[in-house]
Amino acid sequence: MNGQTFLSALKSQFNGEQLEFAGEATLLIQREQLLEAASKIREMGFERLSDITAVDYFPEENPRFHLVYQFTSLANRATLGLRVPVPGTKPSVTTIETVYPNANWREREVYDMFGIDFAGHSDLRRILMPHDWEGHPLRKDYPLGYEEPQFSFNFDEIDVRKPYAKE
Amino acid sequence: MGVEQKLGNMGVVTTTLEQAINWSRTGAMWPMLFGLACCAIEMMSAQAAHYDMSRFGMELMRPSPRQSDLMIVAGRVSRKMAPVLRRLYDQMPEPKWVIAMGDCASCGGVFNNYAIVQGVDEVVPVDVYVAGCPPRPEALIHGIVTLHEKVRGEKIKDWA
Amino acid sequence: MAQIEEANLDGMAHLVTKRAIKGETMILNMGPQHPSTHGVLRLLLELDGETVINCIPDVGFLHTGIEKNMESKTYQKAEVMTDRLDYMNNTGNNLVYCLAVEKLVDLDVPVRAQAIRVIIAELQRLASHLVWLGTSALDVAAMSTFLYCFREREMILDILESCSGQRMMTTYFRPGGLWRDVPAEFEDAVREVLKVMPKRIDEYESLLTKNPLFIDRTVGIGKISGERALAWGLTGACLRGSGVAHDYRKFAPYSGYEQYDFDVPIETAGDVYARYLVRIHEMRQALRIIEQALNKLPMGPVRSNNHKFVPPPRSEIGTSMEALIHHFKLWTEGFDAPRGSVYVAVESPRGELGVYLEGDGGPKPYRVHWRTPSWDNLQVLPVLSKGCLVADLVAIIGSVDIVLGDVDR
Repeated sequence: MNGQTFLSALKSQFNGEQLEFAGEATLLIQREQLLEAASKIREMGFERLSDITAVDYFPEENPRFHLVYQFTSLANRATLGLRVPVPGTKPSVTTIETVYPNANWREREVYDMFGIDFAGHSDLRRILMPHDWEGHPLRKDYPLGYEEPQFSFNFDEIDVRKPYAKE
Repeated sequence: MGVEQKLGNMGVVTTTLEQAINWSRTGAMWPMLFGLACCAIEMMSAQAAHYDMSRFGMELMRPSPRQSDLMIVAGRVSRKMAPVLRRLYDQMPEPKWVIAMGDCASCGGVFNNYAIVQGVDEVVPVDVYVAGCPPRPEALIHGIVTLHEKVRGEKIKDWA
Repeated sequence: MAQIEEANLDGMAHLVTKRAIKGETMILNMGPQHPSTHGVLRLLLELDGETVINCIPDVGFLHTGIEKNMESKTYQKAEVMTDRLDYMNNTGNNLVYCLAVEKLVDLDVPVRAQAIRVIIAELQRLASHLVWLGTSALDVAAMSTFLYCFREREMILDILESCSGQRMMTTYFRPGGLWRDVPAEFEDAVREVLKVMPKRIDEYESLLTKNPLFIDRTVGIGKISGERALAWGLTGACLRGSGVAHDYRKFAPYSGYEQYDFDVPIETAGDVYARYLVRIHEMRQALRIIEQALNKLPMGPVRSNNHKFVPPPRSEIGTSMEALIHHFKLWTEGFDAPRGSVYVAVESPRGELGVYLEGDGGPKPYRVHWRTPSWDNLQVLPVLSKGCLVADLVAIIGSVDIVLGDVDR
């Protein structure tokens, strides 16, 4: 069920590292091998791309991001995970939109939230934030934007700073 | 303003006229369909047969701002949506009122972060705040009745 | 801040055809506030008369930053935000988050809790499909269905309120089981739903299924084939309406679903009518699962007694020292999760709802990502709506069953 047999076939071809946790198996490969690995995974019977996301390990510069891919195979009743480390300066990988069409919006979301560039993407624009927003919100060095709550003891101090609409 | 100038200082007549005008405004206040998120589902439940809102004059919800008097901001307003909200508010003809339904519209709710406007009163002036996450349909109806009481206390000069 | 600038087509010139730039076709904005978009969805339609040549969705108007906000709360406190993602399927979101946390920290769940989770998740599926039916029938102008569906939904919301105190945002499922046991009137209330619902579903079918107006508006509209649906990553009724029998409850059973006997309805036409039929059948199958789970409901505790992760009962705090220490640690700091990542998915009423959860050894999640079904289902809207009329587009949006909280997170 967890794609173990497929993982072994991929591991030997791409010389990747296998990570195991809580019964799930994930393969760590280099970013140059991504498009080839995605095509191979498609050929092996994984018809559906479930998810693309990224994780930011901020104080580490290289690799700073890990891109995480999840694939599902209905025919073989299996799931497979892929991790791709990406460095912090000018982060960029190739798009897998040509292999799995639904990677289009998912890669746009990763670009919007993390700033990772996808070379060859047909339409790389911001998707969740307004189009002129600056910064990439899900990075660890982007602030949460927390506003201090108004309790009764500091009500007036915060009240003068809040932008109320007058009419 | 025009009415008072025409009738002069006939205090009794204008007071009764105010009451009549305010009564008619509360009798058929049409809300604008502005359901954004989860509170919209409770607003739809309040409109449906169990907690019928049309008993209070709100038989239909108009999607067009030009044809509605009440904007019930139901749900969280994100920073991308805030200019749209303001534009729709500006398009509504006077007299108009705003109910901030739910915690996210009143004060930002559970979400204290970069993406949500912390209270819709940063964008439009609010008349009644209804608390709850989401507020029960009965709480929303209580908010509407409170708004009706506020409207009954208004003067003609407020909207003239 | 509240200024709108005029629309600039240069940034989107690669998305519209040459005829639009020349001015032959019209670009119409179906704005964030619209009665038929089921939430704040903006569509830019390129129209040739009344025919849609291209439809460009613009999402993000409900982006709440939930993923980032959950990173700053402990695992227990972050669960509160999960109800508010897909706001039609609150307990389903809680379920997938609890399953992910339980997998990450290797926590057991008692069998009674698993059975009750199944009953409540299926009741939630029923409630979500009732709202879908009411609102999408309203879009094709069948207005009485809306009132009937909301009447039934009140019964289900009353059950949820008696269990947890809240109609919608219940946070009833907690890591390790449930918050508390179901009240005494739970079984009678659920049996009442099981008695009443089949006849009511027959009533909705008699209003819509063979209605020539409904058939005229939905058959042949928004077709997609099975392999294209798989390539585009669709899940849920959109995939099953195109002939692919994929249901996560059968693919990777969770919470004891393997014990219950139910069918996965599929239709082969791939149009709006097929998706409607699939969801009606799913409602009937949900009733079947609830009945089996209720008949087999085992006795026992409803929450794990591993007090490193689950708070001890308050009655023990006065007498037992360990209970007091566990309670103190959980309330001040929260429990620590090991370094590692898990991906868990369930079948929500919209499709495959998954959580990617990564822990870093501390009490707060390092990264939570929600794989939401409406994201992929919405992405395929331009493909489904090429060449249809604007009125058909409204029917298609209703049939895809998107919830904007799910899309924008």
